Amino acid sequence: MSRFLTQRLGFAFLTIVTILVVLPIFFVVGYIILKGGSAINWEFLTTAPRDGMRAGGIWPAIVGTFWLTIGTAIFSVPLGVSIAIYLSEYARDNTFTRLIRLAIINLAGIPSVVYGLFGLGLFVLALQFGTSILAGSLTLAIMTLPVIISTSEEALRSVPQSFRTVSVSLGGTQWQTIRKIILPQALPGILTGVILGLERAAGETAPILFTVAAFFLPTLPKSIFDATMALPYHLFVISTQVPNMPVQIQFGTALVLMVFVLTMNVIAAVIRSYYRRKRQW
Amino acid sequence: MERTPKIVIENLSFSYEDGTEGLNGVNLTIYANEITALFGPAGGGKSTLLRILNRLNDLVDVKKLTGRVTLDGDDIYAPSVNVIDLRRRVGIVFAQPLPLPLSIRANIEYGPRLAGVRDRVKLDQIVERSLRSAAMWDEVKDRLDESGFAISGGQQQRLCLARVLALEPEVILLDEPMSGLDPISTAKIEDSLQELKKQYTIVIVPHNIQQAARVSDHAAFFLQGKLIEEGPGTQLFIKPREKRTEDYVTGRFG
Repeated sequence: MSRFLTQRLGFAFLTIVTILVVLPIFFVVGYIILKGGSAINWEFLTTAPRDGMRAGGIWPAIVGTFWLTIGTAIFSVPLGVSIAIYLSEYARDNTFTRLIRLAIINLAGIPSVVYGLFGLGLFVLALQFGTSILAGSLTLAIMTLPVIISTSEEALRSVPQSFRTVSVSLGGTQWQTIRKIILPQALPGILTGVILGLERAAGETAPILFTVAAFFLPTLPKSIFDATMALPYHLFVISTQVPNMPVQIQFGTALVLMVFVLTMNVIAAVIRSYYRRKRQW
Repeated sequence: MERTPKIVIENLSFSYEDGTEGLNGVNLTIYANEITALFGPAGGGKSTLLRILNRLNDLVDVKKLTGRVTLDGDDIYAPSVNVIDLRRRVGIVFAQPLPLPLSIRANIEYGPRLAGVRDRVKLDQIVERSLRSAAMWDEVKDRLDESGFAISGGQQQRLCLARVLALEPEVILLDEPMSGLDPISTAKIEDSLQELKKQYTIVIVPHNIQQAARVSDHAAFFLQGKLIEEGPGTQLFIKPREKRTEDYVTGRFG
């Protein structure tokens, strides 16, 4: 067999495999829109569920997921970005830092249901936050931390070393250098990482299962100590726990959750490409 | 004219963490209001020495630094020294044009602002004065708010010089500042150096021997971390005492 033929066959194989990977994504999205699109209307988006969740809307779940995402951001972003700055700018390469990195890697590898159980033990029971938005946000925040830390650290490290040298040579302290040059330059990358991390948090079911999510709670949360419905858990409930559930409500809920997450994804992509074009180095 | 010692280097040895030796037993006096050229083949320790003079080598892993470096008689490695102040007094221009990702104006204001200058009028004066000294005010005065990357390489490098001048330093270190530049930009910077030395002490690692001969009042020849010979520029390039200096100056190696 000639080597050119081998090459053609190789490319053909790779192309087919790539297409095969993309297909399921289109299939999933298309299927959900097809089955759930008809459920989407003003009532579905703005009212609470009725008749044992077999009718009405999903407004409390949308609100719950929104607040959980905000809460997660409040706890995980300042903490995660600070840790990333420490690791990228200050930490020396020693046993201590290596231990921290190891811990972060392991944090990322923990199954999400274990986070849920941990959140139940620490936030709900030991700290007596109860099943609440506070406990749920904290649990999701811990789960999101590794993503935010590693993407932020990468964004900080990608800022050229020469900027640091120049800033210091002009009489800048290390902190002035970070605040005035490094952070602003790394911000788009950090923002992208933050959004991707939060997006994962918004779609998780297991961590909120024991810490915040309510099976059925048509009223909206009034404080951070209230439990709330949330989209992923609501989807789980109406798909498995409620008999004679109209299929279109299930897929309608899935569609809303998907749009919520995909919108965040698109925002991240737009930020990234906008600043990549603007960047001069 | 009476020569005043500005920087005195005594028996300075330096090696990096990975074991490479930077400098070995260097003694050198740098005089005020002169241009001192450090020249020699690559890897001779010239840039290392420059980075020791404003303690930029603090940023890399240093294994060993012995000997003494004094600025106006004060040891710059004494524990009581404020490194930030030292770096303001001893500014550096690097081999590559390295604007910060800011506007032209903000690049020049960067150092003064870090030092706490906030007054708009004062800052505007600094910007104009620095750019004039670096011979580029007329070229950029109408585009101060454009990015520092929007100008040519030669202009960027003069911007870097202006940025250092804005610190009102006492000593200016130039590490092969013309290595990436065209002859016209090079000539412009060399011309400004002759003006600047009236006010500042200048230490330059020149781009080549011709440049060293053109600009320097005093020159020092470095080879593999050792200072081989130093003397007035005219003498060192025309009638060196050492065989190795002569070989290098006449182009037999290097």
